[in-house]
Amino acid sequence: MEFVLQNFINAMQWGSFYALIALGYSMVYSILMLFNFTHGDIFMTGAYIGFGAATVLLFLTASVGISVPGWLLLILTILISMMLTSLLGIIVERVGYRPLRDAPRASAAITGLMIGIILETGNLAVLGARRFSFPSLIETVTYNIGGVYFTNKKILIVGVSLFLMLLLHAFIRKSRWGMAMRAMSYDYQVVPLMGVSLNMIAPMTFAIGSALAAAAGILYGMAYPVLDPYMGVLLGWKSFVAAILGGRGSILGAALAGFLLGFIEIFTAMIFPSTLRDLIAYTIILLILTFRPYGFFGQPYTTQLRL
Amino acid sequence: MTERLKEIYGSVPVIGWLIGMLVAVVTESAFGAGLAYALYLPKVPALLGLTVVLKQPSMFPAAILYVFLIYALPIFFAAGLTAPWANRMAAAMEALPLWLSAILHLGVLYLVLHLWTDMSDYRLQISKLTMIAVMLTLSINVINGYMGEFSCSHPGFMALGAYASSTFSLVLFRQDRLFGAPILPEFLGPYMFPLGLLLGGVAASLGALVVAIPSFRTRGDYLAIISLAFMFIVKSVFENLEVLGGPRGMGGQPHWATLPAVFIGMAVCIVVINNFVNSTMGKALNAVRDNETAAEAMTVNTRRTKMTAFMFGAFWAGVAGGLYAHELRYVNPSSFGIQSLAEILAMVYFGGLNSVVGSVVGALSIQMLSEALRPLELFKWIIIPLLLILVMIFRPTGLIAFRELNVKRTLGPRVRKSGG
Repeated sequence: MEFVLQNFINAMQWGSFYALIALGYSMVYSILMLFNFTHGDIFMTGAYIGFGAATVLLFLTASVGISVPGWLLLILTILISMMLTSLLGIIVERVGYRPLRDAPRASAAITGLMIGIILETGNLAVLGARRFSFPSLIETVTYNIGGVYFTNKKILIVGVSLFLMLLLHAFIRKSRWGMAMRAMSYDYQVVPLMGVSLNMIAPMTFAIGSALAAAAGILYGMAYPVLDPYMGVLLGWKSFVAAILGGRGSILGAALAGFLLGFIEIFTAMIFPSTLRDLIAYTIILLILTFRPYGFFGQPYTTQLRL
Repeated sequence: MTERLKEIYGSVPVIGWLIGMLVAVVTESAFGAGLAYALYLPKVPALLGLTVVLKQPSMFPAAILYVFLIYALPIFFAAGLTAPWANRMAAAMEALPLWLSAILHLGVLYLVLHLWTDMSDYRLQISKLTMIAVMLTLSINVINGYMGEFSCSHPGFMALGAYASSTFSLVLFRQDRLFGAPILPEFLGPYMFPLGLLLGGVAASLGALVVAIPSFRTRGDYLAIISLAFMFIVKSVFENLEVLGGPRGMGGQPHWATLPAVFIGMAVCIVVINNFVNSTMGKALNAVRDNETAAEAMTVNTRRTKMTAFMFGAFWAGVAGGLYAHELRYVNPSSFGIQSLAEILAMVYFGGLNSVVGSVVGALSIQMLSEALRPLELFKWIIIPLLLILVMIFRPTGLIAFRELNVKRTLGPRVRKSGG
């Protein structure tokens, strides 16, 4: 029982990375009907920007000689990284996606992939092959409740992810911009005629998605403190799987499927040898999609696709 | 002046260019080494001098001169000079059956390639890998271009083919740490190699059923995920199969992927795929891509079409995988991952969808570029993606997309006798 609970906490943590990244895929999809294949590498860049921001902040506070509590530094780091990474998201939209809005959908996927490769290689070229380790901004405290061990970081990671998801939900449901996004996802060809500019909404969507990915990157850096230019590749593709599994363009579905993927992966590793993890996880996904071809919350294709 | 040049070179048929290339490679094998020495080049430039130039920019004039003297001058000289004669030859070959004429052209091309790759082992390996890449690109074009699905499973198909044919040759013909003593004498091996490749292809097309059957009910992004999941599953299966070496992979395949073997493989692949996409089934593929419901109404059996296309594309990916395994003589599961997927996708979308010529051009240019830019190390992976982004922005379907290859007209003479 303790073992299951222990893994439940691990799965929540692992799933929250997937969910946060999958949200970015899903949001962009709901607006443009395109997948942002740079997203995994935006996640990576977010983690690196967070690393840079944390290092600079630590250096500044140390050189000035004031002691700032760790949680404040963490919040600052997350905010800085989210802001800068959302700028990157806007650039990606402008360079890679806006010129290809009417092109076949696969072409935009290719530009996305290629911008991702440029980000990876650029990172490698600028920072070299050194592995950086994410500074530990807050002390790790381990709790033990009835034989289940968990750290304050795990709680923090799950808490911050859930908080960001709720924030996104509130933004989409309650604000005027959110309303514009929902309208745009309903019909991106007619809504621009109503005075909502697609050239405003699309960058905004990319920015929000990238900000979430950046937050995921920092949380990931807290849990697994070794940064690597290719850390976003596999995580990105797997989150893409989660985004589709949730139903294309469904925000709630993406979050749920992200957690589900985390649970599948952690629990298969718990029951079976860990080398079988991918095999079993993807077989389950293949079966789900075979019997439920449009994901959890997706709608079947009714309109003519643009390819 | 330009008018005159246009007149001369516009009338050179394919066979004329091939003769020009033949003259160039003969020139190179005769004078290449001496000229390189005279121009203070470290050795005969392997890939048209690009690598040398990027390594030592001071060699630029020498490399240009070399390429001009050895390649450009003989090719244009010979092609221009022999144009009337080549046209007569092309006309004579046009009278022959098409397959014979195609084989003659391919024979000359092989001769060129053979002489060119004879100069260095590096060229030989690059050429073989490029031809394998051509096969891969063509086979993914059947699914992604002609049928219009975004399939990500090609590395998986390739892995199935590579492992199946490697197992075939290791079990039957080689003393090996995984399978022990050979069953058949080794001298039979090269003759049985096509059978091994066939086996690889069949294994891959059976694997393709896993992707094809869900495709009856779903399209587009969901199919992309199914194919992606398939790729992860195949990779994971091979990582867990200790019988086949597990994550350490499988090595020591006999060196059967010689230049003629790979060349024949590629030639057969191009011919078969070109015929396939021009057949009724190929047109049905296009119909399914453009509008599935309408295609169904026009008596296209969409299920059978999709299944055939997937299995057919996967078959050639499997054959290419088998050749790849016997060329590198080592395979492990991690060579069939996301990285290889990105490369294959780059080649097919660069060259152009729905076009045999486009696939050949795409595979050729991406492979050559990635070899030529090797001295730039990391920056290679900035330049190639940038190039691809530009191609996508200005020609969203690739360089040479949606063009049919009419072999008869391509190989025919450029100047017809009046009244002829």
